[in-house]
Amino acid sequence: MTEPRYTSEHEWIRLDSGVATVGISAYAQEQLGDVVYVELPEVGRKVAAGDNMAVVESVKAASEVYAPVAGEVAEVNAALADKPETINEDAEGTGWFVRLKGVDAAAVSALMDADAYKKYVSSLD
Amino acid sequence: MSAETPPGAPRAPNAKSGRSAAGPRRPAGAPVAAAEADAGGFTGTVSGNRALAIEEPLLFEQGSRQRCGVDLPDPANFKPRLGGLERKGAIGLPGLSESEVVRHFTRLSQKNYAIDAGLFPLGSCTMKHNPRLNEKMARLPGFADLHPLQPLSTVQGALALMDALAHWLKQLTGMPAIALPPAAGAQGELCGMMVIRAAHDAAGQNARRRVLVPESAHGTNPATAALCGYHVDSIPANARGRVDVAALRAKLGPDVAALMLTNPNTCGLFEPEILDIAAVVHGAGAYFYCDGANFNAIVGKVRPADLGIDVMHFNLHKTFSTPHGGGGPGSGPVALVEALAPFAPLPWVVAGPGGFALREDAVGDAAHTIGRLKAFHGQMGMFVRAYAYMLSHGSDGLRQVAEDAVLSANYLLAALRDTLTPAYDGPCMHECLFDDGGLRAFDVSTLDFAKALIDEGFHPTTIYFPLVVHGAMLVEPTETESKGELDRFIAAVRGLKARLDAGGAERFRTAPHYSPRRRLDETRAARQPVLRWSPPAPREAAE
Repeated sequence: MTEPRYTSEHEWIRLDSGVATVGISAYAQEQLGDVVYVELPEVGRKVAAGDNMAVVESVKAASEVYAPVAGEVAEVNAALADKPETINEDAEGTGWFVRLKGVDAAAVSALMDADAYKKYVSSLD
Repeated sequence: MSAETPPGAPRAPNAKSGRSAAGPRRPAGAPVAAAEADAGGFTGTVSGNRALAIEEPLLFEQGSRQRCGVDLPDPANFKPRLGGLERKGAIGLPGLSESEVVRHFTRLSQKNYAIDAGLFPLGSCTMKHNPRLNEKMARLPGFADLHPLQPLSTVQGALALMDALAHWLKQLTGMPAIALPPAAGAQGELCGMMVIRAAHDAAGQNARRRVLVPESAHGTNPATAALCGYHVDSIPANARGRVDVAALRAKLGPDVAALMLTNPNTCGLFEPEILDIAAVVHGAGAYFYCDGANFNAIVGKVRPADLGIDVMHFNLHKTFSTPHGGGGPGSGPVALVEALAPFAPLPWVVAGPGGFALREDAVGDAAHTIGRLKAFHGQMGMFVRAYAYMLSHGSDGLRQVAEDAVLSANYLLAALRDTLTPAYDGPCMHECLFDDGGLRAFDVSTLDFAKALIDEGFHPTTIYFPLVVHGAMLVEPTETESKGELDRFIAAVRGLKARLDAGGAERFRTAPHYSPRRRLDETRAARQPVLRWSPPAPREAAE
């Protein structure tokens, strides 16, 4: 499994054999508080980098989840509908949102790695 | 939201409305306040009531099919003509006496917090006093008893009032046209953005598909733009909480339809570069929409048209003191510049041969209208109240409204500067904004602090909005609170902070302690909402 990359909007993306898995970072779920609802895109939808791809709603706020890179939605994590708390429990694992196919590996590796993201987050506080 | 429980779905086992048949006045899972046992080992009260804070079950839990509050004669034998579709089982309504019904709703009303009961320091809401004079005027039979389909000759006074209200709104904005129909602020936004879209379409500018919205905007702004079919692009704020003009400039282009901005913005700050903002927006061929939710800060001081704004909605229920929240419908008239006026929604109040008339069809000079947004003419009762407010204040009085609202907010900001942490340097406009920087060291959240304010008898401030500030607390005192009331609020906030400093953080995390219910499980309520009461099965069987 490859290392995850991060965006300044707090998504993570991990590329495994041509398919990229996307979710929100542990920091993002902590800032949101208890997640109560997610809205996921239709499978087959084509997204450009920076497009609104999903919505995550917590007791505090509703936030958009942006596509870190361009691609086509290959799969969504339907289990989140009934168990949105999965995002709080395991944001960067079983709490994934979307799988994208047809992504450009170079675009993924151009994003922040874990160390860079950690530095970025600490600059926000 | 798709997370609703469909009708008839099984209730969550932990439903808050679940009560035992034996003790209907003492809900399970709701420990009474101050429940420490006394020397005799007793906690709380026998009934679950606390003096006048009475536990109030649902009417369905109080009622009985064996009782009836009215004396109706038995119907004579008759033959139903519903073709076998008539109801066969019981209708399920509770039987109650008149006094039970009256007491139920009176008790519920006593649990309600309202502007008539105390300070409402919600930011971005302008919860000001609703003068009783407004109410008296709205109840004049010549206004209150009108029907919207009456002949025009019999409602000339009402039309004259609508025209006069529009005249005041024109004077206050410097814009030549007012659309009165929108039902409230969000529909006012929709009206404004539909007008902008219609104007672009009429000019062959169909390729303008993007709307720019600052990231601190009211959530309704991007929602409105999206509803109008636009792609929403957010503009970041600069370190001073204002629109980053360089970022705005970079996002502008030939595909941008409009900028939606609130001024003062949702951080309670005036956008000092608004003239530059207007210039670059117009330079790109886009329109400049202003969300008028914060107009209370500038009413009578500056005319939005002079700031380069093309469209602005008012919230009569904010700036012009008509009831707000559950107290009444809102009302969201929209001011339009000359170029947008032809697209205003119907109906229009116009001069006719025998007095005022209504333009109700898309013909003649109304050929470009976006059409009807709402049944009839808008919130007539609110027009009367807002106009009464304008006349009772006069133009100088309205200017003082803005000045006093800004003074009140700055008084709070100054008094709480060393208690809470201001998000931005002052001075502020009509509302002041704090972050949770001063609370985090105690491991106390903004939510905990808000709940503690409830115990002190205050409605909490707006919390966690705007989103650009961590753990935000947004406070808008309005001009209608006295210095004495502001001082009481300040003393409560300072006193709470002193308790934190003295090591009392734990009590905050479990607040409120004195409200009818303790801390509610908002997460579970959102994840597993129980939207329908159903009778507890054992009790049903026993009857």
